[in-house]
Amino acid sequence: MSILIKLSTTLRDMVPGYEPETGLSVSLKDGESSITAGELASRIGIPLEEIKIVMINSRQSELASVVADGDRVAYFPAVGGG
Amino acid sequence: MFRFLRVNMATKSCVFEDIPEEYAGLGGRALTSTIVAREVNPICTPLGPHNKLVFAPGLLGATNSPNSNRISVGCKSPLTEGIKESNSGGQPGGHLAKLGILAIIVEDMATEGEWWQLEISKDSAKLVPSTVAGLNNFDAVAKLVEQYGKDCSYVTIGRAGEFKLTAASIAFTDRELRPQRHAGRGGVGAVMGSKGLKAIIINPEGGKNHPLVDEEGFKAASKRFAKALTSHPITGKGLAEYGTAVLVNILHEAGGLPTRNFTCGQFEHHEAVSGERMNKLTKERGGEGAVAHGCMSGCIIRCSGIFPDEKGKFKSKWPEYETLWCFGPHSNIDDLDLICTFDHMCDDIGVDTIDVGVAVGVAMAGGGIPLGDGKAVMEAMKGISEGTPLGRIIGCGTATTGRVFGVRRVPCVKGQSLPAYDPRAVKGVGVTYATTPMGADHTAGYAVTANILSCGGKVDPLKKDGQIELSRNLQIATASVDSVGLCLFTAFAILDIPDALAAIVDMLNAKFGWKLTGDDVVTLGQRILSTEIDFNRRAGITEAADHLPDFFTDEPVAPHNTTFDFTPEELQTTFNWIKK
Ligand code: SF4
Repeated sequence: MSILIKLSTTLRDMVPGYEPETGLSVSLKDGESSITAGELASRIGIPLEEIKIVMINSRQSELASVVADGDRVAYFPAVGGG
Repeated sequence: MFRFLRVNMATKSCVFEDIPEEYAGLGGRALTSTIVAREVNPICTPLGPHNKLVFAPGLLGATNSPNSNRISVGCKSPLTEGIKESNSGGQPGGHLAKLGILAIIVEDMATEGEWWQLEISKDSAKLVPSTVAGLNNFDAVAKLVEQYGKDCSYVTIGRAGEFKLTAASIAFTDRELRPQRHAGRGGVGAVMGSKGLKAIIINPEGGKNHPLVDEEGFKAASKRFAKALTSHPITGKGLAEYGTAVLVNILHEAGGLPTRNFTCGQFEHHEAVSGERMNKLTKERGGEGAVAHGCMSGCIIRCSGIFPDEKGKFKSKWPEYETLWCFGPHSNIDDLDLICTFDHMCDDIGVDTIDVGVAVGVAMAGGGIPLGDGKAVMEAMKGISEGTPLGRIIGCGTATTGRVFGVRRVPCVKGQSLPAYDPRAVKGVGVTYATTPMGADHTAGYAVTANILSCGGKVDPLKKDGQIELSRNLQIATASVDSVGLCLFTAFAILDIPDALAAIVDMLNAKFGWKLTGDDVVTLGQRILSTEIDFNRRAGITEAADHLPDFFTDEPVAPHNTTFDFTPEELQTTFNWIKK
């Protein structure tokens, strides 16, 4: 099992080799049972201040929210349109 | 210096008149809606002689405020049969304001089959036989530019407007004289067509910025407003880099991207039609393409990039998110180039991309166009300009198309199609769709901000809590912003940076010598909505019309499997200041 990470706009440039179609799969470390969305972002090299919106399994979440194995996590900077 | 221009299409009289007392201090939407409410009989036939078409720049038009040159278009809508305010960028708003023309009121009708164009300059206005009848917007403007020159701005209708199709738009030229900014919604182009008015030519020569009661005060406030816009990540950078198309991926992720006529909230090929991809292709192809392009003078947000084809030639403006969505996921199409072609065709023929794009997906649901068949859509789109039966049907928009093809799911409120947010997964905007006097319209109260974008607070998009209040406050604020002449996208900064609203109020006070406070802005917004709702009531549109089609309350939508579960009684508390 692993966690699927999806990134948007400028956040993509912060993770070398990021593939928009497939996203990024990250496995928890041995012995690690959970991680927060914020810790996960730091682990892949995204500064937390760049993140405005976090969704875990398509639900609005926080950086402090807990991510479990098999989850899908999406990070967005401040974006808007209309 | 300030006046109205009243144009009678039957007698051809064009008269500058003093501004009546009761309209003093109004601009933009406040002015168009008030004029329509006072002067148009609410039960008139929208495409008949008793309807009027009103154009008005906003209160901060022709000033150095950033993003304040929008234009408001008002009339009774042939699509919703209620009051309509449709708002556009482009150059004409600023030009009219500079000439001191605070409103153009077009009345009555020319003899059927006659086409006229209105020439406006500093001290004169006259109707002359049109030299561009029968042409679509791009050819019409090219010819008008040959005739009147590059310094004028142009307002035109395409063939859809000439055919009086109920999704016809009115085009306004941008800074490069491209007729690709539109008052899109509600069939305002059909009203212009019904009057026999093909084009308006505005020569700004001799026009000037409006006098300011307190010049220094204005300058300081305008600087503060500009600072708020440039320092906010959305208005300062995001919109310029990715356009509104940035929303494709985020709405997909949130499960609110309506797919295949609102049967699912996610589209498997979202990445192919995303803002990220549009940005990348625009940069790779280069040529005439452009990232960060403003549609009117004074815009510092610059959301309207230019999309190049494979050879780097101009293909279209960057389609808005709504356009990408309705010709894309909603119609099961994932070809970005093709969608850009459709966007350009809408601009050229002169139709609302939303009502026509949604009609395309609805025709697919009813078997009128094969699902996802881009070629068939192309033929149908050409048919709008040619006047084929299918072209006329989709050119009349979603409600007509749904009826013709016997479709169960017709996503409309008050005859106007829903934009690109599933109301079951973004409930706040669902409240706006159901209740705004305009018919389904996201811009009327853009609750996507707090529901999805964490802008102006956070409200859980799947829950009912707080949504009515959110929609109410946004509808009020939007009515005010539309009256000031500001592009609605300034709202992202206004919602998050308290000084932005204070700066707007200070600019108004410095321009007019008023003593407004933030509360007065709220009162203005409420007053506009009350006026519009009152018009609708007199037109026979009651509170009973404030609901969504029942498939939204019947059918849960994946991935969240939620329904739109507000009762009519709950929705009717939205405008809680209006006495029943
Ligand atoms: S932000 Fe976009 S829509 Fe608004 S005025 Fe600028 S270019 Fe036009």
